[in-house]
Amino acid sequence: MDIARARPFEISVGDPILADLDVRLAATRLPPEQGPDGWDAGASPVYLRDLLEHWRNHYDWRVEEAKLNRFGHFRAEVRGADIHFIHERARNHAGGKPPLPLILTHGFPDTFTRFLKIIPMLTDPAAHGGQAEDAFDVVVPSLPWCGFSHEHRHSSGLFGVNDIWHALMTEVLGYEHFGAHGGDWGSTITEHMARSHANSVIGIHLTDVPFWHSLKTPADLRPVEREYVEHIQRFQQEQGAYTMIQGRKPQTLADGLNDSPIGLAAWLTEKFQRWSDCDGDLDACYTRDEMITNAMVYWVTGSIGRAFMPYFDVFNAGPQRWIAEAVKQKLGSQAVPAGFAMFPKDLSHPPREWAERFFNVQRWTEFPKGGHFAAMEQPDALARDIREFFRPLRSLQ
Amino acid sequence: MATLASTQPFRIGIPKQVLDDLQARLHRTRRVRVLENAGWKGGSDPDYLDALIGYWRDEYDWRRHERELNQLAHFMADIDDARLHYIHEPGLSVRSVPVLLLHGWPDSFLRYRLTIPLLAGAQDDYADDLSCDVVAPSLPGFAFTGQVGAPSEIPSIQTSARLLHRLMTDVLGYEQFVVAGGDGGSAIAQSMAIQFPASVIGIHLTDIGWHEHGGTLTDIEQKYVAAVQRKFMEDGAYAAVQMSQPRALAASLNDSPAGLASWIVDRFHSWCDSPRHLEHSFSKDEMLTNITIYWVTQTIQSSIYGYLAEARQPSLGMGEHVDCPVALALFPRDMTGALPRRLAERTLNVVRWTEMQSGGHFGAWERPAEFAADLKGFVVSLADPLGQRTLDGYRARKAV
Repeated sequence: MDIARARPFEISVGDPILADLDVRLAATRLPPEQGPDGWDAGASPVYLRDLLEHWRNHYDWRVEEAKLNRFGHFRAEVRGADIHFIHERARNHAGGKPPLPLILTHGFPDTFTRFLKIIPMLTDPAAHGGQAEDAFDVVVPSLPWCGFSHEHRHSSGLFGVNDIWHALMTEVLGYEHFGAHGGDWGSTITEHMARSHANSVIGIHLTDVPFWHSLKTPADLRPVEREYVEHIQRFQQEQGAYTMIQGRKPQTLADGLNDSPIGLAAWLTEKFQRWSDCDGDLDACYTRDEMITNAMVYWVTGSIGRAFMPYFDVFNAGPQRWIAEAVKQKLGSQAVPAGFAMFPKDLSHPPREWAERFFNVQRWTEFPKGGHFAAMEQPDALARDIREFFRPLRSLQ
Repeated sequence: MATLASTQPFRIGIPKQVLDDLQARLHRTRRVRVLENAGWKGGSDPDYLDALIGYWRDEYDWRRHERELNQLAHFMADIDDARLHYIHEPGLSVRSVPVLLLHGWPDSFLRYRLTIPLLAGAQDDYADDLSCDVVAPSLPGFAFTGQVGAPSEIPSIQTSARLLHRLMTDVLGYEQFVVAGGDGGSAIAQSMAIQFPASVIGIHLTDIGWHEHGGTLTDIEQKYVAAVQRKFMEDGAYAAVQMSQPRALAASLNDSPAGLASWIVDRFHSWCDSPRHLEHSFSKDEMLTNITIYWVTQTIQSSIYGYLAEARQPSLGMGEHVDCPVALALFPRDMTGALPRRLAERTLNVVRWTEMQSGGHFGAWERPAEFAADLKGFVVSLADPLGQRTLDGYRARKAV
C-alpha cells in the first residue's frame, strides 16, 4: 500500500527572493496622500507609509523565519496536492487517554500564522494556565492554494479540501479520531469535514457560522435570525467588493498584488483593520512584524492569486456543484458536536438559533472582546474555549 | 467677481528618470497565473498580458508617442487652486462652434485623439461649412490635470462640471458651447447642462451615464435595468472595489505597471467592439500610451476616487432633468446593450438618436469618423439658430 509520508520541512526563502523584495521596497511608489483620512477609503496612507518604513528598515525576515521554524513543519503529498503543515505533539500530557489530535484551518486574508499563538496553549495547556489532561496534538495546514502548500491542479477546489484534510489526519498522520477548529474559509472546510467524515471527527469548534448558509433564507426566520441575515446582506453590499473581485477577476487583481509588496500589504491589512477589535487602530491589535509576516507568506510563495481560488470556486460553482453539495449535506452527518466561539467585532453575528439549524450545537460562548481573527487577537480566551469544548468529547476517541 | 484664471501652452515631457524607473519595473515584473488555460475567464488573459508587458518593455517607444501627442496644442490652465490640462484646437472654418469633449474611465483625452482633427478641420460636406473649436481636457483627477482642490477632497461630478465651465467661459471666453461625453464624461456633460443652461446649448452623449430613475418603468425599461444589474454582478467587481476601497487597490496599481496594465486592459477588453479581437480596436501602442499616461502621472488613485464620491452622493438625482437638446450616439457593443429611448427621455431632452453600426463603450476612440460625423451633424443642427451668437462669442475671444 502506498501511504503518503510526511517529510520534515524547514521554511527557507532563497536569497534572490529577498534581494528582489528589498529592491521593490526601496523603489515603492506609494499613492499620493489624497482623499479621505484614515481607513475610510481603503488602506490608511499614514499606516502604509509607516508599515513600509518598518518593512524596509526594521523588519528582518530571517529572524521571523527562524521563529516560524521553531515549530515542526512538514509537507506531504495528499490527494493531488503538496500540503504544508505544522505538526506539534502534546507536551506534559497527563491522564489515561492519549492526547486529542486537533486540526486548525485558517482562512483569508490570514495564513497558517493565524494559529501560532494558540499552538503552545493547546499542546501544553499546563504551561499556560490550563490542565495537563486537555493537551492536544495540533496540526495546522496551509490551505492547498496558500503559502507553502501547492496544488498540482485545481480540481475539486474549496469543496474538496475536507477530503484532503481527512486523508492528512488519518492516512498520513495515522489518527483515527480527531477534533477540528476553523474560522473564515476554515469554518466552511471544517463543517464539510464533519458532514463527510463524521466517523473520524469527534467535534468541531468554529468562530463563525459558515456564510453560505445565509445564501438560502428559510421562511420561518425568527427576528434575531432575520436581523443577522439582513446584516450579512448589508455586509455584502457595503464591504463585499473584495469577494466579487477575488471571485470574478482573480487574475486581474493578482497581477498587481503579486508584483507590489506594498500593494499586497495594503489589500490584506485593510481586512485586518476592518474585522479586528482594534477601535480603528491596527497597531493596537497586531505588531507590524505580524502584519508583514502574514503578507510575506503570500509574497515569498507568490500565492496571492491562488489564494483567491475559494472565492472563484464559490462564484463559479454551477448548479451541479450546489446540487452535489446539497446531497452531501442531506446524506452527511449533522450529529457531530459543534462548539461556537463568537467575538463581538467579527464581520457577522449569527444568533445561536441560526447555528442550531445546521449544527448539533453543544457549546455557545459569546466573548466580550475580539474580532474575526480571534486566534491572533484573543489567543488565551480562544484556546481556553477550545480546551473546554473538547474536554467532554475526549472519551469518544 | 474677480476670477483667478489664466492659461499657458503646455508640452508633455516625461522626465527620463520616470521612464527609466518604469523600464526597470517592467524588467522585474513578477507574473502570476491564477488559472490554467484561463483565457479571459478569470480576468485579464495572462497570455495577452505577457505579450503586452513584453512589448512595453522591448518595443514600445514612449518618446515617439509623446512627440505625436505634442503635435496637438496642449495648454495648462490655472483656475483658482486647480490646474487643468486641455487640448485646444480652433476650428478651421469661418464659422466654428466650441465643443468640449469629455472622456471617462479608464481612458483619457486619447479617446478623442483621432476625432479632434476631424472636428476642427474645415469640411466641404456641410453646406454652411462649419467646424468645431475643440477643447479636450484631462478630467479632474486624470492624467496631466491630476488631483484638483484640497488634498482631502474628492471632486464630485458637479465640482468637475463647475471647473470645466470656468475653463470654457473664464479661460477660453466662450459664452455658449456644446458638450460631448461618454462614461464619466456623460455624467459631467449632464451636470454642466443642468447647472449652466445658459452656456450649454446641447450635449452629445455615447451613453446615459448612471442617472437615477424614478417613476414606473415600462417592461422594456425594466428588462434593460435588470440587464444592467446582471452585468454589474458579472463584470462590475472593478466598480464595487473602486466605490468602497479604492485606496487598498491603488497601492498596488500605483506601484506595479503590470498590475495597472491588467486593471485597465480588463476593462478595454470587456467593453470593446469585439472582445475576441481586442487588437482590431486597440493596438498595443494605443493601449500602452493610455496606460503609460496613468503611470507617469500617478493618477490611477485620483481617477477612481470618482466612484467613491458617486457611491456616497450620487450626482444626478431623480428630479433633475436635462432641458437642452440632447443627442445620443449609441454604439451596439457598449456594456449595457440596447438602451430603450423611453428611459433616456425620462431625464434627457432627446432630440437626436443615432444607433451606430459597430463599436463599443469607447466608440469615439474605436470609430472616430462615425463619431465625428454624428457629433458634427448635431452641432450643425444646433448652430443654425445659434450660429451667429456663437460666432460672435468666438470673435470676442480672439480679440482678447
